[in-house]
Amino acid sequence: MRFDPARCLLILLPLVFCSTALSQDDDIESLRRAVAELRSDYEARIGELERRLAVAEQNARQANATAQKQAALQPPSAVAGRRSGQGAFNPDLGVIFSGTAWDHSVDPDGNDVPGFPFGGEAGPIEQGLGLGETEIDISANVDDKFTAWLTLPLALEDGEIVVEIEEAWIETTALPAGLSARFGRFFSAFGYLNEKHLHAWDFADQPLPYQAFLGDQYIDDGLQLRWIAPTATYLELGSEILRGARYPAAGADPSGFGSLSLFANLGGDVGTDSSWLAGVSWLDASAADRPSGPEDDPAIFNGDATVTGAHFVWKWAPDGNWRQRNLILQSELMWKNDAGLYSLPGGGPALAYDTDQFGWYAQVVYQPFPRWRFGARLDGLSADDAGPAFAGTLLETPSDDPRRYSLMADWSNSEFSRLRLQYIRDEAGLEDGHQWGLQYIHSIGAHGAHAF
Amino acid sequence: MRRLAAVVLAALLPGLAQAELRIFSCEPEWAALAEAIAGDLVEAQSATSARQDPHYIQARPSLIAAVRRADLVVCSGAQLEIGWLPALLQKANNRDVMPGSPGYVEASSFVVRLEATADVDRARGDIHPLGNPHVQTDPHNIAIIARELGARMAELDPQNAAGYETGLAAFSDAWEKAIARWEERAAPLRGRRVITHHKSWVYLERWLGLEEVANLEPIPGLPPTVSHLSQLVSRFADGGADFIIRSTYQDEKSSEWLSRRTGIPQIMLPLTVGGSDAAVDLYSLFDDILDRLLGVLEK
Repeated sequence: MRFDPARCLLILLPLVFCSTALSQDDDIESLRRAVAELRSDYEARIGELERRLAVAEQNARQANATAQKQAALQPPSAVAGRRSGQGAFNPDLGVIFSGTAWDHSVDPDGNDVPGFPFGGEAGPIEQGLGLGETEIDISANVDDKFTAWLTLPLALEDGEIVVEIEEAWIETTALPAGLSARFGRFFSAFGYLNEKHLHAWDFADQPLPYQAFLGDQYIDDGLQLRWIAPTATYLELGSEILRGARYPAAGADPSGFGSLSLFANLGGDVGTDSSWLAGVSWLDASAADRPSGPEDDPAIFNGDATVTGAHFVWKWAPDGNWRQRNLILQSELMWKNDAGLYSLPGGGPALAYDTDQFGWYAQVVYQPFPRWRFGARLDGLSADDAGPAFAGTLLETPSDDPRRYSLMADWSNSEFSRLRLQYIRDEAGLEDGHQWGLQYIHSIGAHGAHAF
Repeated sequence: MRRLAAVVLAALLPGLAQAELRIFSCEPEWAALAEAIAGDLVEAQSATSARQDPHYIQARPSLIAAVRRADLVVCSGAQLEIGWLPALLQKANNRDVMPGSPGYVEASSFVVRLEATADVDRARGDIHPLGNPHVQTDPHNIAIIARELGARMAELDPQNAAGYETGLAAFSDAWEKAIARWEERAAPLRGRRVITHHKSWVYLERWLGLEEVANLEPIPGLPPTVSHLSQLVSRFADGGADFIIRSTYQDEKSSEWLSRRTGIPQIMLPLTVGGSDAAVDLYSLFDDILDRLLGVLEK
């Protein structure tokens, strides 16, 4: 609003003129008040204008001083008044490149983990040189109430380029009371690692419980609700209702509401050096004709799968200065129960199956100085006896619990590039062996902030 | 009976019982500024300390909880916090502090940012295209940001608007006097040449008329390398610089190594409040920066 004397007069003059024609005192009094109000209103606006002028002058003075001094200091390049952060370009676009060079001492084909036929995307890293996944991330705020994210992995399958929609979700940014809703296709918030993108993993592969129980990572279509408590200690409660189309669900229940999850997370700091996160989660998934095990002749499961998880993460850095030195301790436990009917490869009648399985991992990653990190991981599986009907089949519980011992070292030139060396002593498959591998993870363009 | 109900209600809803504005500050200087203006009207918490590199912060659960409860988020911006603040805002589900709302203040957006560039080639390092975000090292910038922050606090807490205005007026007055005092003291520093660890000090250099002749980082954001430091040794073997400057959170090994080989004195400067024992508030921050710089000249 500009101060315009002409307009002011236009308003004031008729008022003054009218007032002379009025006879009653209180009318005059009320007019005086109106005029006084108008005056104070304009005075306030003039005051505001003067304040803005002072700011502008200050800025101009500074800009002037900058211009003079910059000749000596640096090339002139100054921009003021621009907001920054996410959305400097719309939409944010990023590409993540990753690939591996991997050697298995035992051919991974036919060396499956006995008793735990894998489903979904789970499986060993490709022998030899492999492109892995090239991932395109596109994200932006839709408007003042919604934000959107799209992940498009490009993969080569049998020589053909395949574009998938890995994630495509919308999330609210303006719900009250600490609530948010996400809908579309997304990684379930089950557990700790399930939501993490491949490029944020500390090892090149997922630990055994994720491979055996969640098909590497559980992604599905649906709706997620989250609530953050207004407390000094971090408390998050959430739930998801999902279509139930992906392992450990399958067939999307006929209703299209096949899976339900619940999760709770708690976290905080201990002094300035340490912070922690602990959580529990639960997933109930109905499975119709769910394949697992050998791709050409899989075991088919019909029934109900429930997975319960608990996780704990501890991060430490001296003075909380993450850049220089840091340590991450992380562990998850998972219990899975499949209850229903299994049809085994080779045909035959469906067999009743109701078995509890258990999986776990624990890992430590240490960065002693900038750029270099070293890590170790233990992961394993165990299960109750599946019963005599499954003796000699791929569901027979192994006499030795599957277990692996992994070591890794990675080097990051910047936060956008990482090269990793990993070793696995693999005692999970039918035959024990070693794996050696190299992995690269590089990103260009926009790169989203990483969650804890 | 009614009083009892009020007491019970106040105990159950601590958020309602407190009139003060909760401020989540990404860096210590903005929490200190809010407190210098508003005193007890605000409860300000800084996400980072002076001993932490604000580029690299974990989006910790405690910080998500703090953003969830905040009435106002104030950060340097210009992508300084791009690696963690978006994750906090996304997780915290607090619509009152989302970018674009009155509860979100990007401090550097109110001042002239140096080194803004259209060249975003990452081969040149971790470039901030919107300009250098470390604006707090020029007290003139603090004066401008104080006015914006004061107005924003008054807008968010209209009941106490008069208090913020009085506080701002008192701060601005005292700050202008302090600037005059600092500028008089700093006169001998004009034209001195500095080598800095990271490009954290461009606003201080402009203010005091210092000349930045080199950085310990080979390119912005990458840690110093032996080969780059060796080049600096040969370049500055016969002088050519008056100070080697690093911030509190930067490893001292590189600047000490270069100092030993070139004889150029190296000093740690607090980049923000809490960066040294003496820098307990914004005034003592600049006092200490000048003490440390002038102390080298006196030797």
